[in-house]
Amino acid sequence: MDEEKINVNYVADLARLELTEDEVERFTGQLDDIIGYVRQLEQLDVTGIEAMAHAVPVYDIMREDNRRPGDGTESALLNTQDSSSNQFRVPRVVES
Amino acid sequence: MSDSAANLSILELQEDYRRGKRSPSEALHDLIESVEAKDGELGAYLSFDPETALKEAENSDVQLPLGGIPIAIKDLINVEGQPCSCASKFLESSYTSTYDATVISRLRKAGAIPLGRTNMDEFAMGSSTENSGIRSSLNPWDKSRIPGGSSGGSAICVANDTAIAALGSDTGGSIRQPASFCGCVGLKPTYGRVSRYGLVAFASSLDQIGPMTKTSRDAALLLSVISGSDPRDSTALSADVPDYENQLTGEVKGLRIGLPKEYFTDGINPDVRKCIDDAISHLENLGAEIVDVSLPHTEYAVATYYIIATAEASANLARFDGVRYGNRANQPDDIIDHYRRSRANGFGEEVKRRIILGTYVLSSGYNDAYYVRAQKARTLIRKDFDTAFEQADVLISPTAPTPAFRLGEKSSDPLQMYLADIFTIAANLSGICGASTPCGSVKTDEGTSLPVGLQVLGPHLAEGAVLRVTDAFEKTTEWHRRRPPTG
Repeated sequence: MDEEKINVNYVADLARLELTEDEVERFTGQLDDIIGYVRQLEQLDVTGIEAMAHAVPVYDIMREDNRRPGDGTESALLNTQDSSSNQFRVPRVVES
Repeated sequence: MSDSAANLSILELQEDYRRGKRSPSEALHDLIESVEAKDGELGAYLSFDPETALKEAENSDVQLPLGGIPIAIKDLINVEGQPCSCASKFLESSYTSTYDATVISRLRKAGAIPLGRTNMDEFAMGSSTENSGIRSSLNPWDKSRIPGGSSGGSAICVANDTAIAALGSDTGGSIRQPASFCGCVGLKPTYGRVSRYGLVAFASSLDQIGPMTKTSRDAALLLSVISGSDPRDSTALSADVPDYENQLTGEVKGLRIGLPKEYFTDGINPDVRKCIDDAISHLENLGAEIVDVSLPHTEYAVATYYIIATAEASANLARFDGVRYGNRANQPDDIIDHYRRSRANGFGEEVKRRIILGTYVLSSGYNDAYYVRAQKARTLIRKDFDTAFEQADVLISPTAPTPAFRLGEKSSDPLQMYLADIFTIAANLSGICGASTPCGSVKTDEGTSLPVGLQVLGPHLAEGAVLRVTDAFEKTTEWHRRRPPTG
């Protein structure tokens, strides 16, 4: 694997996070240390080892597809700071 | 306040109720008085609203398993009508839970009363509670030190008699380590033993809710109530819930206790080491058989953990988009700007750092090298435990390599902070259960004395065996009865 530094601006963009210049500089140094540390996993021979997503086997559990009470509109909108006509309001996402 | 109900364990308070010595309302008044007198700068609670609890206390049925028992709740477990800020500015003062988490429904059904929201590292990301976005919390034994984390507030209030018992959550040691640093009992159940529905997710394959209590007997009682399958959490195990209290026989004769050799290295503070060695001798005197075991992949656990936990966190925290709840940017240019600024203004530094690390290890070109490799390492770490548990019924180690560290000591160096989780994180990666109980005390240069925790780890669903050991230890020692100095 290449040893290039983490591009914090690029990753922050993927994560939808605005960072200040200070943060970018600080995180770059700190994350380089952390990534340098976690790279020790490269020394581990994992040939033929299965990747484990959960500590215990997890299976799909099915239930009857019946109507049941859900979270109502009022409750769903209770914590938003901007709603209109019983809907969440966000900046325009289509071209005008 | 020597006769205050606040000083009691769950079992002692129940006994008082049943004998008619005090009522739930009287007990709550004692507790409120204790919080007002003692919590102040320690800051265990983010919010404390006794009104609803007092009303519930008037109608409580003390014949129920937890009838009239107030329980403090870590501020990332939803209780209908109460705040749930996760100690984040993103949710502070703007979020009210619209439903009860499954653990809360179960507590209520058993007659318990949720009272107070406890401080924590923001979104449970941290080991010191210094990452709380709302306020700092101090160690009740030495106010120049951290209480541990992330369930720091829950540990403080139980250890300091400003709660009877509390719930915490443990993703990499967040119940056990603060229990160790503050001097109370903390249990991380087996992954899936307790439903996560209503727990704000940090790392979904690692998170588990558990009890923080004054005794292991109380932990057994709470665990019996909150465990079990749940149609709302498909990872909650369907295995029967035993009566854990019945398993606390006080007897450890013939039990095989394993000492993982990789955990007993030079990295442990010598005073902590002495406490653990004494605890091991004590258990041997009680009839336990001590065996040496090996967990050969221990050195990879911290790296594996911080890849998997941050990857899962970056995905889980994508839901905080500022649309449906929480912080919202002013007059954004467009929807992307709205997301970027709502999140940037709401999240604290450690949360941002972990989201970035997690996004990086999952990003195109790096996913196989980091995330998939870490998942394979996780398999090897789990297999180490499978092998060790063929030779031993439970394993013992220090809960943390040091006692509580100083405020600010590690906060500027995240990697040093992560490395301090070495003894607790493997249990989360493997999904096994573990508890911490007070087993000693170390003197600092400043003359304060700090508690030390003994960690007992057990295989999947062996909470009964783990608590049997910690309970037997408590029945024959006094460490868990020690309380922080007042004032």
